[in-house]
Amino acid sequence: MLSFKFFTQFGEYLFLLKKCFVNPDKPSIYWKEVMRQCIEIGVGSLTIVVIFSVFLGAVLTVQTAYQFTTPLLSKTIIGSIVTNTAVIEMAPSVTCLILAGKIGSSIASELGTMRITEQIDALEMMGVNSATYLVLPKVIAGTIMVPLLVMIAGFLEIYVGLLVGKWTNVLTPEEFMQGSIQYFIPFTVNFAVIKATTFGFIMSSIPAYLGYYTSGGALEVGKSATKAVVTSCIFILVFDYVLAEMLL
Amino acid sequence: MIEIRDVRKSFGEKEVLKGISGKFVPGKTSLVIGTSGSGKTVLMKCMVGLLQPTSGHILYNGDIDYVNLEEKEKKEIRKEIGMLFQGAALFDSMSVEKNVMFPLNMFTSMTIKERLNRVNECLERVNLKGANKLMPSELSGGMKKRVGIARAIVMNPKYLFCDEPNSGLDPQTSILIDELIHEITEEFNITTIVNTHDMNSVIGIGDYILFLHKGEKAWEGDKHTVLRSDNQALNDFIFASKYLREIKVQLTK
Repeated sequence: MLSFKFFTQFGEYLFLLKKCFVNPDKPSIYWKEVMRQCIEIGVGSLTIVVIFSVFLGAVLTVQTAYQFTTPLLSKTIIGSIVTNTAVIEMAPSVTCLILAGKIGSSIASELGTMRITEQIDALEMMGVNSATYLVLPKVIAGTIMVPLLVMIAGFLEIYVGLLVGKWTNVLTPEEFMQGSIQYFIPFTVNFAVIKATTFGFIMSSIPAYLGYYTSGGALEVGKSATKAVVTSCIFILVFDYVLAEMLL
Repeated sequence: MIEIRDVRKSFGEKEVLKGISGKFVPGKTSLVIGTSGSGKTVLMKCMVGLLQPTSGHILYNGDIDYVNLEEKEKKEIRKEIGMLFQGAALFDSMSVEKNVMFPLNMFTSMTIKERLNRVNECLERVNLKGANKLMPSELSGGMKKRVGIARAIVMNPKYLFCDEPNSGLDPQTSILIDELIHEITEEFNITTIVNTHDMNSVIGIGDYILFLHKGEKAWEGDKHTVLRSDNQALNDFIFASKYLREIKVQLTK
């Protein structure tokens, strides 16, 4: 029964995505909407990403240094671990989990409210493809802006890690940079971008689906928003593993 | 003109519409009345294509069967339909001006000046001149309904559907909204269909009245005959208030 429900919902989700690409009436209107969503998702999430990344970078350095107190290991290893952890996992995965909470709940509650207040019906009545107008710009914006936010997060985590290493006298910036460069694998940057793009798509399309098909009242909008965050986080974690297995 | 023939709609086992037929003509305000749960909204949603009837025919202009049209053809008909929703369904993120302008932006190649002129015309027609920059959250219930009407008529529709336009409004504002709908219908020769259970609307603007009872058409007539009907279900609905029952007694004397 549970698997039947899952496949029904998965079918609906695919159907909604297909519907997004049918009959775009006036491309200029959709372009403006994509730009508006890029600002809302990208600029709107910048503050939380900056705050989160600054503290995560600081904690990464301090905790890594705490675990490597032995004189047998070079201090440069701390720089290497902080950089690789930030690029491979912290920036793309952990940042996206945080963003899934913010972006996912926002998208699901916005669309859910539009559904229960008949705004989506009003669009359909006018002859507007509501999926193309409401869902597609959010998915495009999420898929473009999340990788950019992840890049900012990765840079901040490494840079703050370097500064904290210096301020706490754990290691010098030179030692940090030496470790970062010495063990750096360039492919990890591509890997992080692939992950961020996938997660951006997940965290915008799943909440859009759950919000778009909300039925009932205010209570159901709240439930949709919660379900959107939980489901997005689960799928991000699943795809985190799948991509690691496939690409590393 | 819109004609519905034997329209049926079921949700699972439950049959909500049990073979409804009726004819709605241009320039007249047609009312679909009935108690809550009688199927008024479902019928309207079937007529505008938001729900697919289980069976039956919905004929636009006498010969276009809307039920059997492809989605693309339905979309063309929808451009000729204006609809006022129960809660007005204004887009929260847009000002009054942008709400009313939205269909023009989507479906016309008018210049911004032409669009603005058309929006101002419509806002003036619903007595909301100067409200362009207000947001939906700043409007009263009656104002929202009027913006909804302005948005519904901005594309010069042939058909206007109003789902309970008086719900949540005080009696005075209700009458204003009714009069506005009636005037617009006559002025632009629109086929207007209003779902309501407001008795003022029934007596005031009901050029054609279709009474639904438990999903069936129980009576049809107009505002002149509705008070004299001997249909029990209709009388129970119309004369639910004891004051109106007294009027009925006086009428029959």
